[in-house]
Amino acid sequence: MESPLVTADMVEATEFPHLSMKYKVQGVPRTVINEDLHIEGAVPEQMLLQRIGELLSP
Amino acid sequence: MGILKDADKEAIRKELAGLTGPVRIINFTQEMECMYCRETNELLSEVAALSDKITMETFDFVNDKDAVDKYKIDKIPAAIVTGDEDTGIRFYGIPSGYEFISLLDSIKMVSAGQSDLSEKTKDLLKKLKQPLHLQVFVTPT
Repeated sequence: MESPLVTADMVEATEFPHLSMKYKVQGVPRTVINEDLHIEGAVPEQMLLQRIGELLSP
Repeated sequence: MGILKDADKEAIRKELAGLTGPVRIINFTQEMECMYCRETNELLSEVAALSDKITMETFDFVNDKDAVDKYKIDKIPAAIVTGDEDTGIRFYGIPSGYEFISLLDSIKMVSAGQSDLSEKTKDLLKKLKQPLHLQVFVTPT
């Protein structure tokens, strides 16, 4: 809601097994950012911010 | 026979009593061959009924192509928690268990027009030049 460019999805892993397979979900929560960056486990805001920052400035 | 128990309804009604701005819950569903579509629609309707600030809209995933395209919905059950401008908040699958808390939190945030994120995070998000797609995989328990 802070930017029109951001989409934030909650995906119920057991209802969409094809996506869980695709993103190799073994434990939850698992966060997938722009298809290619995966983070296992709960992510504090600061860490998420840092990872997004890294992703945007390679 | 509803999904929420009367005691839960009462607690949620209290939780949502502080809502200030209007919130829309947009549900995408279909009658057949969809795990938890019916339950999701029922659950969302029950929540929407607990606050006069919440309106609920239901679209059919197959027949309402315009809405499906507008909100870029690719799987169901889907629920969008939004105001007039699309917030980008999507729930795919039934928002029960811990996700029910996330659902209520998102309703409160959208109503207040406040995300509770730090200024630092908000700054970074304002500077975004390309789309950012976050998908958080969860299970209900």
